[in-house]
Amino acid sequence: MIELIVAARCTGCNVCVKVCPTDVFDVSDNGPPRIARPSACQTCFMCELYCDADALYVGPDCAASGAVEEQALLAQGALGRYRRDSGWGAWSSDPDHSNEHWRMELVFALARALDSADTPPR
Amino acid sequence: MERDALIYEADVLVIGGGLAGTWAAVAAARAGATVILAEKGYCGTSGVTASAGPGHWWVPPGKRAEAVAARNARAFGLADTSWMARIVETTWESIPRLAGYYRFSLDDGGAPRHRALRGPEYMRAMRRYAEDSGVAILDQSPALELLRHADGSVAGAAGYARQRRRPWQVRAAAVVLASGGCAFASHLLGSRTNTGDGLLMAAEAGARLSGMEFTSYYTVAPAWSSMTRSMSFAFARYFDAAGRELPIPPGQDATRTLARALLDGPVFATLERMPAEIRAVLSRISPNFLLAFDRAGVDPFTQRFEIALRGEGTVRGIGGLRIADRACQTDVPGLFAAGDAATRELIAGATSGGGAQNSSWALSSGQWAGEGAAQRARMLGRRANRRVERIGGAGLRSGAARAASEQETAALIDLIRDENLAYDKNLFRSEEKLTRSLAKLDGAWSEIRSRSAPSGAASLRLREIAAMLAASRWSGRAALARGESRGMHQRTDRPATEPALAHRLIASGLDRVEIAADVAPQTKVA
Ligand SMILES: Cc1cc2nc3c(=O)[nH]c(=O)nc-3n(C[C@H](O)[C@H](O)[C@H](O)COP(=O)(O)OP(=O)(O)OC[C@H]3O[C@@H](n4cnc5c(N)ncnc54)[C@H](O)[C@@H]3O)c2cc1C
Ligand code: SF4
Ligand code: SF4
Repeated sequence: MIELIVAARCTGCNVCVKVCPTDVFDVSDNGPPRIARPSACQTCFMCELYCDADALYVGPDCAASGAVEEQALLAQGALGRYRRDSGWGAWSSDPDHSNEHWRMELVFALARALDSADTPPR
Repeated sequence: MERDALIYEADVLVIGGGLAGTWAAVAAARAGATVILAEKGYCGTSGVTASAGPGHWWVPPGKRAEAVAARNARAFGLADTSWMARIVETTWESIPRLAGYYRFSLDDGGAPRHRALRGPEYMRAMRRYAEDSGVAILDQSPALELLRHADGSVAGAAGYARQRRRPWQVRAAAVVLASGGCAFASHLLGSRTNTGDGLLMAAEAGARLSGMEFTSYYTVAPAWSSMTRSMSFAFARYFDAAGRELPIPPGQDATRTLARALLDGPVFATLERMPAEIRAVLSRISPNFLLAFDRAGVDPFTQRFEIALRGEGTVRGIGGLRIADRACQTDVPGLFAAGDAATRELIAGATSGGGAQNSSWALSSGQWAGEGAAQRARMLGRRANRRVERIGGAGLRSGAARAASEQETAALIDLIRDENLAYDKNLFRSEEKLTRSLAKLDGAWSEIRSRSAPSGAASLRLREIAAMLAASRWSGRAALARGESRGMHQRTDRPATEPALAHRLIASGLDRVEIAADVAPQTKVA
């Protein structure tokens, strides 16, 4: 679930308010948006992908919010990881984060081969 | 109409801005129509495509007849090969058109790959494609009810712009419902807005549904996660609480075996069988999959983690609005259905169309519906000066004065989850269990009928609950009427497949649900 917006990073662009599919955020008069309806969050990580400032953190648990330490998360470099791995923004021409989604086909083929190797032929 | 409502007019209104809705809007615009697309969330991030990565049914010419025949052989007699052939062809023609919007991956030989696209990039591309085609998009604007002409045809819709806090109304010559499937409030990735609203709205206009008994498709995920991207689980090993490995058969029986084990106690998995060469590129294939584990502090390749099965309702289940003609019009004139809002029996039969067919169906049915709607607008005009009626009922307006309290709303969602997603009730069905569920669901339906909705944003959830309840009751009654086991619908009291039931079942009605055999000649497209 959505856990936090790091105020020091947020530019107040309100893109997250606009793009959240479940309308979790509200614009606030000054400063970062408010996480107004956390229980509506569907843990889809979309806000992180669209936040150019890497100011948001979505926790892994889809049913409960956990205790998070802003400083620890920043130190771990956890913020912005999804955007980086997806090759968005500054990473768009980085070969380490290229879109290799098409390899799914190979993955399934490999899994099938493993399965049939495990099963003795009849 | 409220005084501060936003009022618009268009040739075609598309409800839902996921995969099917965006393709529908593009096709309607291409056919010359002015188009408005209303999306509950944000067109580009909403819907189940956006957070996943759909593989399409991508088959080169020459191999198609064989592919269709092979798939039809697994459809349990309910699919139609002419529709299957049609989506394969449309998929092949359509995806390359995204070239200016989606950066297709190049394979190791430098050739562009079109079959599987990454969800967030695909839906971002579809939004731009729709905008460039001239489609006007209303984000954060759920539709709540349809508008109807005196002759029974559909005349537009009304809804609520939740961030602008104003009601909206669109008058249109035709409406495409592309509001997705109904996931019954499960934690299926990206599905929170998929509450079956379109099914309810259409049924209020007199549309009928088909295949609603096929709602028992489940996907494995970590117990704490909504990450229902199951590719990596092809390499999973499963264990019970005592650490004994569970023998899981590959293929369709895996779900039922896992569900049986989960009914006995917690189940754990590892992905240790995944070969090193895939681990190395996994985050370049599906960046969100490892993200979830990383954040939970779990190394899925060496550690065991608890798993759950996430019910998918009609998402990778099958049921939806009945398709009455080749333009994907429903039984109601002027109302078209596309994607998961429509039945996918035509292309998938009694088994899930997930994995290739559903996205090809969304892309294809979307375009056919969009073109059909544009053509209707051309023929009949908008008729925007005629008097129309707003026809929404359950959860929107009723005679009663008292609105549902927050506790009542929460209790209704718990009931919907329990009756539709519980493994024992849904995967191992019986007349007795179905009858008991239906008694509870009927009671909840009467309750919601007797509550007036609060105004503004607070009314949205109640309408979603009404839609999920309506879908549950069609599903339960159809499952009861299908007194056999077929495909994903399995009855412990009727384990055999009955040749006499090799036809589709039509569900209709709201306060009183009727089930009828679809014995009319199949809707051939050839
Ligand atoms: C994890 C996952 C992986 C999948 N992988 C594959 C795959 O590999 N291959 C395949 O073929 N299929 C796959 N599928 C299925 C495929 O994603 C769907 O069939 C497809 O997305 C259907 O498109 P749709 O537009 O009908 O629904 P969606 O993409 O869900 O869009 C529906 C939209 O309607 C909106 N909406 C709902 N109610 C309203 C309302 N009242 N007013 C306005 N808007 C509304 C929703 O917010 C949503 O944006 C997968 C599904 C999941 C969940
Ligand atoms: S998208 Fe990021 S930078 Fe913009 S308002 Fe939201 S948190 Fe702040
Ligand atoms: S994770 Fe998804 S639902 Fe949750 S706040 Fe972010 S965008 Fe919204």
